[in-house]
Amino acid sequence: MAINPHNRGPLRTISMLVLLIVGLYGLLGAVSTWGTAQRSPKLGLDLSGGTQLILTPKLVTPGQKINQGEVTKAVDIIRARVNGSGVTEAEVSTQGAGDIVVSLPGVVDNATKESLQKASQLRMRAVLVESSAAPIPVPTSTGTATSKPTAPATTAPKATGTTTTAPKSGFPPALSAATTAPTATATIAPAPVATPTAVAPTATPTTGAKPKNASDPAWVTPQLQAAFDAFKCTSNPKIYENIVDDPNKPMVTCSSDGRLKFILGPAEVNGDQIANATSDQQQNSGGPTGVYEVLLNFNSAGTTAFCNVTSRLVSLPSPRNEFGIVLDNQVISYPVAQASLCAGTASITGSFTAASAKALADQLKFGALPMSFTLQTEDQISPTLGGDQLTRGLLAGGIGLLLVVAYSLFQYRALGFVTISSLLIAALLTYGLVTMFGWSQNYRLTMAGVTGLIVSIGIVADSFILYFERVRDEVRDGRALRAAVETGWGRARRTILISDGVNFLAASVLYLLAASNVRGFAFTLMLTTIVDIIVVFLFTHPLLSILSNTEFFGQGHKWSGLDPKRLGARTVTYAGRGRVTIAARRAAAEGNQS
Amino acid sequence: MSTFAEFGNDLYTGKRSIDFVGRQKTWYTVSLILLALAAAGLFGRGLNIGLEFRGGSEFQVASVTNFNNFEARAKAAVGTVNPGSNVVVTKAAVGNTVRVQTEKFQSTTLSDNVKSALAREFNVNPNTISANIIGPSWGASVSQQAITALIWFLILVSLVLAAYFRTWKMSIAALIALAHDLVITVGIYALAGFEVTPASVIGFLTILGYSLYDTVVVFDKVRENTQEAIGNGRLSFSQAANQAVNQTLVRSINTSVVALLPVASILFIGYFLLGPGTLLDLSLALFVGIAVGTYSSIFIATPVLADLREREPAMKELKKRAFRYQGAKARRESADSSGGDEGGVDGSAERDVARVSSGGGASATARPIHPYVQAGPRNQPKRPPKSKR
Repeated sequence: MAINPHNRGPLRTISMLVLLIVGLYGLLGAVSTWGTAQRSPKLGLDLSGGTQLILTPKLVTPGQKINQGEVTKAVDIIRARVNGSGVTEAEVSTQGAGDIVVSLPGVVDNATKESLQKASQLRMRAVLVESSAAPIPVPTSTGTATSKPTAPATTAPKATGTTTTAPKSGFPPALSAATTAPTATATIAPAPVATPTAVAPTATPTTGAKPKNASDPAWVTPQLQAAFDAFKCTSNPKIYENIVDDPNKPMVTCSSDGRLKFILGPAEVNGDQIANATSDQQQNSGGPTGVYEVLLNFNSAGTTAFCNVTSRLVSLPSPRNEFGIVLDNQVISYPVAQASLCAGTASITGSFTAASAKALADQLKFGALPMSFTLQTEDQISPTLGGDQLTRGLLAGGIGLLLVVAYSLFQYRALGFVTISSLLIAALLTYGLVTMFGWSQNYRLTMAGVTGLIVSIGIVADSFILYFERVRDEVRDGRALRAAVETGWGRARRTILISDGVNFLAASVLYLLAASNVRGFAFTLMLTTIVDIIVVFLFTHPLLSILSNTEFFGQGHKWSGLDPKRLGARTVTYAGRGRVTIAARRAAAEGNQS
Repeated sequence: MSTFAEFGNDLYTGKRSIDFVGRQKTWYTVSLILLALAAAGLFGRGLNIGLEFRGGSEFQVASVTNFNNFEARAKAAVGTVNPGSNVVVTKAAVGNTVRVQTEKFQSTTLSDNVKSALAREFNVNPNTISANIIGPSWGASVSQQAITALIWFLILVSLVLAAYFRTWKMSIAALIALAHDLVITVGIYALAGFEVTPASVIGFLTILGYSLYDTVVVFDKVRENTQEAIGNGRLSFSQAANQAVNQTLVRSINTSVVALLPVASILFIGYFLLGPGTLLDLSLALFVGIAVGTYSSIFIATPVLADLREREPAMKELKKRAFRYQGAKARRESADSSGGDEGGVDGSAERDVARVSSGGGASATARPIHPYVQAGPRNQPKRPPKSKR
């Protein structure tokens, strides 16, 4: 069948749209068959049931400002905590100025809630007494030193070169000057000059003696010794929660792997004095060595404190030259001070793998977060209520769609079918896109999002009305339908673009600044504005162009909605200079002006 | 519906014209009264601030079967756990849901106890009760963000509009209409005593987009018409703008109706089936806002724009030109009609015919004819009189 040459352009445009839709759904089918996507949009908590907690940071010092970096850290900490409590599919995100939104399926018990609000404290304390925890055989420091990390060693043949700066003992890890940091070299503090205070009294502790410094065994009172002996390291995190973490007193705790228990001196460096912590391979002149290390950067207060501690520890006998890093009452690392480090940087080396080095670096970095959280709002939605909401939301959408369809049929007769088919195409595109975003961006459709979708039915239909009314205006001016469609489109296009632009602007400002539960609303508004433009340009206009070539529309059938007679375009006259006009219109316009 | 289509035709051709721009004082007065009412509502009655702004706890007990005396029972149930607390109990219209609002509890255990007390009282599973604990700063931070969003939006949109229309006066007129919509909508909330929740705040913000949408559509046509008018000098700015409003009136009505229909259906479902919540709050704000936005784009935005532009010297010049043209034409036409016989000039389409038919002596007297023309055809050389030849 021969194609009307007038229809070739529009058909090409429509085929682009078909390609777009087929591509979208093809991709969706592919990722849902072979990937992790699901075939329907992901539902938010209010539709599927669950609990949403909004946490606000509670600052230690009043008047302190929260910066974005701290909030990002807080999100990471909380995500780790939620995942640690065994909840799958939990979502943690930020909202607005510093609130953190935690969404969990199901009901959350109070213990989880409290653990989420807890502050995270990182402190560094000198080791006073170290002993192995009872049930586990003692890995002596020499015994584990032989267990060299195999994977990095094979990739980096120069591993032996680095052993001079960091003895290959992985256990306990060595604390030395950061070799990669340009501000510090290992030679910067070669002399382990014992400070006068570091001459630790070796005498047995007497209860009356006042400890001279943080490493003084005088801290270990019989009471503390008894508590130490009674303390059992278990993997149960509960026991660590009960430990009183007073920075001015010694404490008893275990290493996080439960193998060693410690009596630690008072806190000397706090987490917030660590400016940054990163993990990397050690570098030497030949490039990365394959030995992983954790690099620490201190702020100025931290630099001084750390300098004092390392200068004192470096000359002390074995367990007391170790330095316990305590995160939430557990010792996560206990490196030996190998030099006095006063440059504000340090590196911890040992038997790290890439992953364990990164984990420790993260812990050190996140430990520097001086805030706990208050539970601001808690929203629990039972699954039945959520399901009800969804059904009713869809019902509202259905009714809205039906009303719009009825109205456009009423107003535009057969043209109404163009509206309906365009709305259906828009719905198809939107469904696909929402599902796609659910997969790629983890976007979840909430009740607010559904509202946005329903509201946007009106917005999308509005642009069709703009277009149709423009075409009608042109028909009233006496143009033949095909010409009217083209000139009308030329003018309507601009109006559609600017009005959609304003809508998009409004929606994106809402999205960027609004609270989470309304973000879904703004997002769907944004999405449908774009879908609207796609549909009008790639579907409605080409379709109308094709239809204008048919007899039914082109000749202005009574039911086509473009009947020149009904639109008042009665007589066409030649107005000179290549223009046509309608006598009646012109006369009326002139009569109006007088 | 043929009458509506004809109405549209008449508006387009100008056969029927509503003087939107010329009678701006009337509309301004109406709006001023509305604004005064809104302000009275805002400052007199005040807004009915939702739980989210005050802080507190809300429990929704779903699928309740026995509604007898539910208010007292709910209060008693809460009273057993936390005596003397201020409890508001409402019933969602159809959803078999009882909504219990209390002040904020000190601990989460307390709210759990309330939950189980309510579950016992209404004989439902505690897990089906939705609990919602809201800190007072929550609503405040939402409104804080809303204000930031509002300011950003206003700045961006006035830049975009000024760039698109190439005149900042259109931006100003659109923003005035916007402020008008916002104040009236909030005023309606205060007067009707609707509860203001964060969702309605967001609804108010969405109105901004809608109100502008309508205004932009009208302004686009205003720009088109006024450019033509500036070109040919036949209409003053106000007249051209008024014509534009009339020509887009049908479009404005249609777009507003189509935008309102889905919102109305949400409102309907929200009110009768879902009960209070995000959906109802959003759609109520939108419904009121879209209606007011349509009004302002027709009655406020364009007259304000016309008032602003008419002050420009160029527009004053245009007005003079247009009045000169129109006056001249009116004189011409009155001359025509006085010359023609009454029946002939009725149908305006036949005016040309009428002029030809009436081109006798009457028309010659009505219009002074240059003596040169009276002398006869001028393309022929004047022959000397016979006597001189």
